Amino acid sequence: MSRRELIQGNEACARGALKAGVRFCAGYPITPSTDVVEFLAQELPKVGGRFIQMEDEIASMGAVLGASVMGVKAMTVTSGPGFDLMQENIAFGAMAQLPCVVVNVQRSGPSTGGATLPAQGDLIQAKYGTSGDSPRIVLYPNSVEEIYRLTVKAFNYAEQYMTPVILLMDEIIGHMREDVDLEAIDVGEIVERRRTNIPPSEYRPYEADETGIPILMPFGSGYRYVVQGMHHDVYGMPNLSAANVEATIYQINSKIDRHKEEIWLWEEKETEDADILLVAVGCVSRSALEVVEQARKRGLKVGLFRPITIWPFPEEPLSQVLARVKAVIVPEMNWGQLIHKVKEVKPDRVAAVPINKYDGTLIMPEEILKVVEEVK
Amino acid sequence: MSWKDYIKQNMFPLFTCSGCTHGTVTNAFVRVADELKLDKDKTVIVCAIGCAGRIPTFLDFPVLRVTHGRALAFATGIKLSRPDVKVIALMGDGDALAIGGNHFIHAARRNIDITAIVSRNEIYGMTGGQYAPTTPPGARATTAPYGMLEPAFDTCKVAEGAGATYVARSDAYHVQHLQRTLKAALQHKGFAVVEVLTSCPTQFGRRNNLADPAKMLERIKEMTVTKAQAEKMTPEELAGKFVIGEFVNTSRPELTDIYAQAFAGMGV
Repeated sequence: MSRRELIQGNEACARGALKAGVRFCAGYPITPSTDVVEFLAQELPKVGGRFIQMEDEIASMGAVLGASVMGVKAMTVTSGPGFDLMQENIAFGAMAQLPCVVVNVQRSGPSTGGATLPAQGDLIQAKYGTSGDSPRIVLYPNSVEEIYRLTVKAFNYAEQYMTPVILLMDEIIGHMREDVDLEAIDVGEIVERRRTNIPPSEYRPYEADETGIPILMPFGSGYRYVVQGMHHDVYGMPNLSAANVEATIYQINSKIDRHKEEIWLWEEKETEDADILLVAVGCVSRSALEVVEQARKRGLKVGLFRPITIWPFPEEPLSQVLARVKAVIVPEMNWGQLIHKVKEVKPDRVAAVPINKYDGTLIMPEEILKVVEEVK
Repeated sequence: MSWKDYIKQNMFPLFTCSGCTHGTVTNAFVRVADELKLDKDKTVIVCAIGCAGRIPTFLDFPVLRVTHGRALAFATGIKLSRPDVKVIALMGDGDALAIGGNHFIHAARRNIDITAIVSRNEIYGMTGGQYAPTTPPGARATTAPYGMLEPAFDTCKVAEGAGATYVARSDAYHVQHLQRTLKAALQHKGFAVVEVLTSCPTQFGRRNNLADPAKMLERIKEMTVTKAQAEKMTPEELAGKFVIGEFVNTSRPELTDIYAQAFAGMGV
């Protein structure tokens, strides 16, 4: 029996997290993300989990990583200014290799900006918002159904690759309602953190095996070691020797680089014979899909490449498509962020045309179509 | 088990300067840990940045050493997700009261079962002698070249005002008193705060005519009075003194217990 319901994107995120096995959420109210924590505050106690509203986003992110070090699947949810405050502790999670999920329902910025206005201004920040070099896996869905699936995926990636994963959304997809049957969605395997049987006396937590990913046993399980954000040796002890510093940075970054092909998710629509390619993410990709249909009706060969994994950016899959097209149009609701990655991978002969909108409203299909007509 | 089982002996000596009394606090802590036979696998130490924040990495516990000021935020996540684990936060005064002040007052308000030990050396030692929210007015620091212009925090009053259910002060001179105080705090259920007066001859003493470690310990001895002594002293006589002893030892519902009660019968 189908149990289709009209579900909001933010609720689908919370329900996806529960499906993935989240048992701890710490958050701080911020529009347009708050629905997610409200739902989890209601539901987590019913599955033996815990929600706490912390004193700020710095504390929320800290509490989440505290739960993570105990082996508990944990998440926080925020938007622009809150995401700013979380950055230092997100980097801590990347450095200490603690899994967790951070949801950022993007709103118009910078600063207070517009709490209820959609935007896509955090694409670069999601990867490069912190000092030093650290990896980030960033996913960006564009429908209620996909929010549900990708929230599960975000937890899976976090536990598998032992790193914070960012789920980017935007005000439009977060507050959008769609008719879906979440129960019927096959989310695939639920990944649990790897464990080891190595005796505590021989355990070296930060010594990665052939996967390049360390196995961190939960605190309180008989394994005593140090988890910290300072450069550390295989036991977690502070160590600033050149060889050790290099090894730390190599480990946290290369573990994502070498598995990027397993992490990449993207969608292609009508790219086989496309002359003009649209590259768009999140809410804007929905307008872009509409453009592909309308343009095809007018006899224009337009296709869409939608990165779903934003970081690590799906460079090879996109460059394969770009090799076949004459022009690429990048509509995005910011001053120009996604286009930098597109320019990096496109052949010189392909023109890259930006469409940037930063007035707090959605880029509508006709705005993109107008540019398609100019470019053709 | 002996107190030596609570430290990583192969990592010693500590990195701290000679004459630093953070080691005295560490010494007292591991002796009390041994007295109480703390289960090393069911205890988590949380610490952060600065001299006091780095020392705990030498303890043989699971140690989470986090971003500056955030020990209590991380500790809250640990305790709430695993209430069966004992959580101890070891912090310096800048860590706990300046950058981490917000978490300090909210952990106290929540009365979450965490023992917070704050070493008050009145200076930022690791970064080279800048003033802290505990630096006494008039004292010199690299960022207070004309003397400290701000008043200092009374940590115990802050903790009491915010709702901590155990609040005490001790110091690195009166080590027996320190051990008794730490023992009481570690046995307390709820948010327990112990402020420990310590000395930093290198960064505080050197700029304040106290570069001699012994002189700095003498200073602690001179500026501390017991509660009984304080009762007989006038406000003028108490100026610049620190009262040592217990200020709060009370009981009210603890956060993880409140959660457990609120959700009893729900979930798995």
